[in-house]
Amino acid sequence: MFSFICKGIIRDRRRSLLPVVVVTIGVMVVVFLDGLMGGMMDNMVRMTANFQIGHLKVMTRAYAADEAQKPNDLALLGSGEVMEQLHRDYPEVDWTPRIFFGGLLDIPDEHGETKAQGPVTAQAADLLSEGSKEAARLGLEKAITAGHIITQPGEILVSIDFAESFGVKPGDRVTFFGSTMDGAMSFANYHVAGIVRFGNSMLDRGGVILDIADARLLLDMEDAAGEIFGFLPGEKYLKERAESIKTSFNHQQADNPDVYAPVMTQLMDQDMMRQTLGYTDSMSFFMLLLLMIALSIVLWNAGVLGGIRRYNEFGVRLAMGEEKRQLYRSLLTESLVIGIIGSAVGTTLGLLVCLLLSRHGLDYSAVMENIAMMIDPVIHTRITPRMYYIGAIPGILSMLVGTALAGRKIYKRNTALLFKELD
Amino acid sequence: MKQKITICVVGLLLGILPLPLNAQDGNQILRKIDQNMSADSRIIESTMIVHGKRNDRTITSKSYTMGTGKAFTEYLSPARERGTKMLKLEKEMWVYSPATDRTIMISGHMLRQSVMGSDLSYEDMMDDRRYAEIYDARVTGSEQIEGRTCHLLSLTAKVDDAAYPSQKIWVDSERLIPLRAELYAKSGQMLKQITAGDVKQVEGRWFPMHMTYKDILKEGKGTEWIIHTITFNQSIPANVFSKASLRK
Repeated sequence: MFSFICKGIIRDRRRSLLPVVVVTIGVMVVVFLDGLMGGMMDNMVRMTANFQIGHLKVMTRAYAADEAQKPNDLALLGSGEVMEQLHRDYPEVDWTPRIFFGGLLDIPDEHGETKAQGPVTAQAADLLSEGSKEAARLGLEKAITAGHIITQPGEILVSIDFAESFGVKPGDRVTFFGSTMDGAMSFANYHVAGIVRFGNSMLDRGGVILDIADARLLLDMEDAAGEIFGFLPGEKYLKERAESIKTSFNHQQADNPDVYAPVMTQLMDQDMMRQTLGYTDSMSFFMLLLLMIALSIVLWNAGVLGGIRRYNEFGVRLAMGEEKRQLYRSLLTESLVIGIIGSAVGTTLGLLVCLLLSRHGLDYSAVMENIAMMIDPVIHTRITPRMYYIGAIPGILSMLVGTALAGRKIYKRNTALLFKELD
Repeated sequence: MKQKITICVVGLLLGILPLPLNAQDGNQILRKIDQNMSADSRIIESTMIVHGKRNDRTITSKSYTMGTGKAFTEYLSPARERGTKMLKLEKEMWVYSPATDRTIMISGHMLRQSVMGSDLSYEDMMDDRRYAEIYDARVTGSEQIEGRTCHLLSLTAKVDDAAYPSQKIWVDSERLIPLRAELYAKSGQMLKQITAGDVKQVEGRWFPMHMTYKDILKEGKGTEWIIHTITFNQSIPANVFSKASLRK
């Protein structure tokens, strides 16, 4: 029967083409959206990890309690020793210090007086140590629009919006005015090495980047760090591995009552990431469900139309002694085959589109202009093994459901009237 | 009967009469506080002890003030602060940093920031106006502080640009010096608390030589300001209050 059904599908394209096309489009959309959403999530996780939280983060308990304020007066002292311990205990993780702070950037005129001044948020990372990956993590080479990245102490990178608002150019001398970790006034002159555009309004609005050694001098934070970021091997976040490292580290500190003792958190613990990723998974499920319902309705309609067109065929088959149940089953088998064909074609097309976008990316920066989310405006789709089968679920199920609903009409055929109809 | 009526009327009058006097007394007390604490010029050598969350910092400075519109402060220690200078001229303020050889103007919201991590803001330091210029006062009671009888005054700002729209101050009734003050926002939220002690007589005035400022919105034990020497109405060269003096 299976070969009979396949022959019927191939030879009578009128009954199979529309359902195949509908299933193909639906499955292609599912596969593409899955890849796109996966890419968006990867994007958000990567940006958030690189700029804000790392895969793992170590800070003092007191700092962690008020983390959003970046309270450097509660920073980790003796961070060198802490990092040595981390390197010893978790050598596969790349540990690196970061300091976040704010202040005023003052641009002098030719007399050294204030020409322009504006508030900035600063991030200090280890940009100058040999082998450091921080510049790559922050995407500095790609983000530079003028000048160059930091190559020596005393240099600073200024975000493009600030530079344009206050007329800052590479080579300019600027003064940072803020507070040390103890609250004393701090001043330092820097040369603007370059102007950076991250394409993210949060970062571009009023941000500066400098080397951590300069920040430590400025903030009187010798051998201190606000936060120590940890990045898992290959810069790839693995939830289970991060959780096990965090649990192991915090277990070592469990008996230390000091509020300035270090505590470790992982990416999922931070900034609503767990909720955001859970929400995205739920959204993916609902998207699949809705698409399946929509496809089922369309295919139900197609099935009804097909039933009208094949009215005589069903009548002949019933008159020849085929049972209604057998006929119904053969229709379902047909729809299964059509669903498989449509799913295969749709999955292939969806994967091709995702492959293209995974290489070239999709630039939606125009849409993200006023959105303050930590996300790269160029999204690359993510191709995963699940994309090979995720389209087939709604593709096949919707075909089966549509046919099952349309095929009920067979049970309403009155066999007593069959020969009269055929007459 | 006639006698009873007379007593009632006198008692009533005695009850009513003091009400308008409270307002007068309050403003009079403010003027007397100003006579003690304000002067045409002041030169102060002082130490500020900032009690931080993890450690304490001690900063010494020398300040010159002329009236309410001009002030110049040079920080003398510790090493990080040495040579830093601040100049206030009317509503503008500049800071000079010897480390960067830069004079930076402080304005707008920056004036509300803390000075040197202390519980005082730049605005607190800048506003040298007399109490009577900014507030109307009403005597609302009397309390004992550290064994001293104090008038409790409720102050309401009569100008729009007061840093604190209302205050409560406890004024030593004998020496006419505030021993405690509570500074409030427009919403009624208490923002700062100041206590004063070690009141001494200097050049015929009473002046508190030790004050503790506590920013209620900040954790910590506050900031102490200890005055070592203070002189009033000395002649100060005009060039002290110029931007050029910041770089000297």
